[in-house]
Amino acid sequence: MNAVTVKNLNVWFGAGADRSFAVRDVNFDVANGESFGLVGESGSGKSTILRAIAGLVPTWSGEMTVAGETLGPKRSKSFYSKVQMVFQDPYASLHPRQTVDRVLSEAMSLHGVQNVDTRIAQLLDDVGLGTGFRFRYPHQLSGGQRQRVAIARSLACGPSILLLDEPTSALDVSVQAEILNLLVDLRREHKLTYIMVSHDLGVVGHLCERIGVMKEGRFEEVLTVEDMRRSKAESPYTRHLLESSINSIR
Amino acid sequence: MSTSQGLRDWLLSEEPTSRRQAKYASWYKGWLTLRSNTLAMLGLFVLTFLILCAIFAPFLATHDPFAQDLGNRLLAPGEGGHLFGTDSLGRDIYSRLLYGARISIYIVLLVVMVAPLVGLIVGTVSGYAGGWIDIVLMRITDIFLAFPRLILALAFVAALGAGIENAVLAISLTAWPPYARIARAETLTIRNSDYIHAIKLQGAGPFRIVTKHIWPLCISSLVIRVTLDMAGIILTAAGLGFLGLGAQPPSPEWGAMISDGRQYILDYWWVATIPGIAIFAISLAFNLLGDGMRDVLDPKEDNS
Repeated sequence: MNAVTVKNLNVWFGAGADRSFAVRDVNFDVANGESFGLVGESGSGKSTILRAIAGLVPTWSGEMTVAGETLGPKRSKSFYSKVQMVFQDPYASLHPRQTVDRVLSEAMSLHGVQNVDTRIAQLLDDVGLGTGFRFRYPHQLSGGQRQRVAIARSLACGPSILLLDEPTSALDVSVQAEILNLLVDLRREHKLTYIMVSHDLGVVGHLCERIGVMKEGRFEEVLTVEDMRRSKAESPYTRHLLESSINSIR
Repeated sequence: MSTSQGLRDWLLSEEPTSRRQAKYASWYKGWLTLRSNTLAMLGLFVLTFLILCAIFAPFLATHDPFAQDLGNRLLAPGEGGHLFGTDSLGRDIYSRLLYGARISIYIVLLVVMVAPLVGLIVGTVSGYAGGWIDIVLMRITDIFLAFPRLILALAFVAALGAGIENAVLAISLTAWPPYARIARAETLTIRNSDYIHAIKLQGAGPFRIVTKHIWPLCISSLVIRVTLDMAGIILTAAGLGFLGLGAQPPSPEWGAMISDGRQYILDYWWVATIPGIAIFAISLAFNLLGDGMRDVLDPKEDNS
């Protein structure tokens, strides 16, 4: 069974003559336990797809099925216990006046999780933060620690699908690697399905099995990571993208 | 190691072990921040002093604040056992000042409990909901803002009847629109941030988001505005009293005392000046304390 199926997805902003499409006729599906990457340059609509799935963008048309549930204009409570999102900027995704404990316990109480105290300790342990961080405020944490807290929050309700919106791009390189490895470990332990947005092909190649390359709101091509590694891309745009990312490594 | 040292360590521990300890610790750290701010402590000291004066007025007063003695009217401070002199009806100004502190603090507290709360609710709901709710609430706010404040308060008092409670209600009803505007502006900057999206994705409803996630971020800017308005509130109350619609004549409300002394201000300066100093002291104290409170309420600023 597919965890996520997206058919003919269009997302637009503005109304009337100002309407501009951010995503056009996008189709893809993600199998259970798979990790699917969305790459493309800035403004190609990759984050918008995640936001549309999460229900943060109301103006979309098409058909989206997530964990067996066909999505309407409003998301149900059970949707949020199955699908969670990790945001790009860990400096903006945590409430500045709430401690780590408050953030996690609120997420749990909203989903009716029992044994909040032991669960919080276990979650912090899972994401590689000790219980010593439990009563810290976000401004007392580093960027990487904040992102770990954000990941812990997204796991608080025990979801099966995580939407990752460039989870490492706001962090510096050594911290990026730690967070990526954490995501790899968590996926194995909790049998998670990932949809990950990134503009960094290296990051996507590390974490994902299949990649959708986006350009101007459309899918240019969908290829496996194996094909990407062997540079077996069909479209010229993807080849160009691959070449430029290889060149940037050298 | 003494027990107070142990308590301090427990409060300042880097890794609190329980929610209760973390809560007490954050209060204690707030208190330490406030204590390191000398001016805020001065404000707190003056305010505590005035509140104690108000509470213990019957013990501290040397005369009955209502007793008139026309033979001893307009005595200078220190004359005839009257510490701050007497007013035009021979009443002891010092005693009236003490009893007046009760009325002034009562007025300020009531207004402060009503007006910012109304403003906060209207502003955050308007900013968060958007659409037609925003339009309707903001046009109502505009209507209230467009009226001259004292005239509107007069209209309310005229409709409700004279007296301190109704004056307070009238002042509150005219004072909330600026708070609503501030709260709405804050909400508009917060509502599309990632942490609000994140809690929305946890399934939180609008009521929870507004009260638990947006309000705490609006409060520090409202606190500043409230402390700045404090003096204005006392003076508006005095203005209503002067027009015969607030505190009624024999009651020793500070603003009313100033307007009593207005006729004699050139020859008998103390009649208006002493309650004026009292109003100045309480407004300054609120301002200083409010500034310090802002630092405490904003944990991002702490450098520990």
